[in-house]
Amino acid sequence: MIAELGHILLITALVIAFLQAVLPLWGAAKNNKALMDFAGRAALLQCAAIIGAFALLTTAFVTSDFSVKLVAEHSHSAKPLLYKITGVWANHEGSMLLWVLILSIYGAMLPIFGKALPDTLRARALGIQGLLGVGFIGFTVFTSSPFLRLENVPIDGNGLNPLLQDPGLAFHPPFLYLGYVGFSLAFSLACAALIEGKIDAIWARWLRPWVLLAWSFLTVGITLGSLWAYYELGWGGWWMWDPVENVSFMPWLAGTALLHSILVLGTRHSLPSWTVLLAISTFSLSLIGTFVVRSGVLISVHAFAVDPARGVYILSLLTLYTGAALGLYAWRAKTLQAHSGFDPVSKSGALVLNNLLLVIATATVFLGTFYPLFIDAISVDKITVGAPYFNKTFTPIMVILILIMGVGPLLKWEKDNSKNLLGYVKKLAPVFIIALVLFGLTGGSWGGALGLALAVYITAGTLFVVWRRRKVIGSQPAGFFGFILGHMGMAVTTMAITCMSVWSVDQAARLNIGESLKIGQHTFTLSKMDSDQRENYEYLAGTFSISKNGQELKPVTAEQRYYPVRKMVTTEAGFNLGIKDTVFAALSEGNKEKGWVVRVYYQPMVIWIWIGGIMIALGGFVSLADRRLRFNTNSDQI
Amino acid sequence: MNSLKPYIPLIAFVILVIGFAVGLKQGDLRKLESTLIDQPFPDFSLTTLDDLGSNITEAELKGSISLINIFGSWCVACVQEHPNLMQIAQTNRIRLIGVNWRDSRVKGRAWLDRYGDPYSLILFDDSSQLAIDLGVTGAPETFLVDHEGRIRYKHVGIVTRDVWMETLLPLIKSLESGT
Repeated sequence: MIAELGHILLITALVIAFLQAVLPLWGAAKNNKALMDFAGRAALLQCAAIIGAFALLTTAFVTSDFSVKLVAEHSHSAKPLLYKITGVWANHEGSMLLWVLILSIYGAMLPIFGKALPDTLRARALGIQGLLGVGFIGFTVFTSSPFLRLENVPIDGNGLNPLLQDPGLAFHPPFLYLGYVGFSLAFSLACAALIEGKIDAIWARWLRPWVLLAWSFLTVGITLGSLWAYYELGWGGWWMWDPVENVSFMPWLAGTALLHSILVLGTRHSLPSWTVLLAISTFSLSLIGTFVVRSGVLISVHAFAVDPARGVYILSLLTLYTGAALGLYAWRAKTLQAHSGFDPVSKSGALVLNNLLLVIATATVFLGTFYPLFIDAISVDKITVGAPYFNKTFTPIMVILILIMGVGPLLKWEKDNSKNLLGYVKKLAPVFIIALVLFGLTGGSWGGALGLALAVYITAGTLFVVWRRRKVIGSQPAGFFGFILGHMGMAVTTMAITCMSVWSVDQAARLNIGESLKIGQHTFTLSKMDSDQRENYEYLAGTFSISKNGQELKPVTAEQRYYPVRKMVTTEAGFNLGIKDTVFAALSEGNKEKGWVVRVYYQPMVIWIWIGGIMIALGGFVSLADRRLRFNTNSDQI
Repeated sequence: MNSLKPYIPLIAFVILVIGFAVGLKQGDLRKLESTLIDQPFPDFSLTTLDDLGSNITEAELKGSISLINIFGSWCVACVQEHPNLMQIAQTNRIRLIGVNWRDSRVKGRAWLDRYGDPYSLILFDDSSQLAIDLGVTGAPETFLVDHEGRIRYKHVGIVTRDVWMETLLPLIKSLESGT
């Protein structure tokens, strides 16, 4: 019954979404209040139906109902409860259900928190949110229903892959989706405003909290994803520039641009077209992300089309939504007029530069990610664009962006005077140069010194802003503290990424007991080997004593575990995670005669990459508390 | 010209969509015949993944049927393929040789530690010495080599359960009965 009920609820949600799309848009055109008011109720109902469907699927997983195909394929009765629950979205069908669940939750939040919006704008935005619902709930129902039954019910499920049972995998997708899908509201509000032909400072303020919310979640999602890849994959990489990572990074870059262009529109009434296009693009990039991951179009140039039918469906949705939005833009662009321009020397000017650079950065990642696809389309040769491309193109853009980031926030919103700018540069430049020389002489790498000096420079620029407002610090809005946290987080991440890129070292070799391997200042000695049995596995453990410049550090133990029941071997690296240095060792195959294959790593400052990421996300959440963004305030009070 | 300006984003997007559509379609046209079929496996001299001092040549391939699989830690599709290779290895049906392509020893080893090591021998080909001679266009690719060291079949892309059951296994059986 559970599966059937779930399926019925999904179909109900589809019908509601359809009505939510048609009636309010019609009502807004005819100025019929009843039809417009229907939008809010429909959004809540649609959300309730999908929550119901999701809860039922979760029930099927928790109770191990193996008559449901999805449960039989991806769960097992002996799985811990946590992984039974997270198993719901650790597969295609379930993760699409999670996608539409989050879409509907955002849709339901608009009528609750968006009471201040004019009736027509809210109705239209909800109508468009309904259209998105129709497409994606339809995708779930017609191509990826999670509620299919099996005729022959197996005794147990076959999905007990220990590799997938990991808290990182459990929490990474929901955060990522909360980010991705959250941008749908920016999209809907942008299209609604285009229909009305009114894009102004007030609209920007309505948009800002939604963008902040989605962007902050996406930041958390990307940070968790990076952390998970790092410790779970155990090969010391925190970012691989692989297509799946890139498609989550692009909406983040575009979203960051959007977040800043909203500031300009909200304060200076300029950049309406640009902001609207960014709102559309950011969500479109999220859709592209979904398309890429779900169709397998980029998984590799080989492994095309995990399921081409699904790819075609999502591509059609992307074409329809983005195409319609851009068409709408083309049609209405004439009505969008900036109330004021901006001066090159002003906060707005700096933010325009920030936007240009972020968009170029997005385009760079886009090109690198999709290049193989386009090359593939015109020739048989396959060209892989790897990390070297991204590092070479992305780094210079970031360097310029950071240079603007340090001084931009110091400028006035309206025309500032060049003398002031010169004054700030004169104060910040020495800090930058001293840091550069200091790190350059001590660290032995000028590239590394540049990165560290940039981090110091953002910190100095941000603290300068704080210092100037020190007397009124108590009365600063939450957005101000969000700015500080976000920008300081960026400084921390820049520092950590620089250290990791320049000074991390790794090495693999075959070692026997007593032999050692030296990387940089660290010497790893394989001091002893043990083997025994524990719970349901046998293990081989290698203990490494580690010394840095002759000074003994805490030893680490790396293990290789063999699970006889599943005939699986897993490797557990021995970590010595530190505030400053992280060292770890891993053990692979081998024996007494030949020695064992070991890998050793030295990674300076690595944990600060994620601490910085979380600081950036917190900056976003803190800004949400800003009373100027209070959702329910009346428009004329803003 | 100015009146066209609002259409630029739309036009750019349409071009993009065409690219995607071609990309999706392209997936079906991926069956390339290798000119290497029935030719001797190219000469090579490589080290193994774990031992810098080792030296393996094409002579190693003579005497038993082998399945040679090109992989790399950077290859996302290989992750999907890997469980199938692990199962193939467990059947003990055939000698499975890996070629770790365009990788570093640390990364290649770490990858195998994580996903399991189905190979009885792993050649380390970071500079594409062997891969170029094999005409490898991407990873994963898999070659079936007979007792005499001749290439009998090339599979581009993931060795799925179907590929194994319907193509590779029957071929292996016929090679076995041939001797």
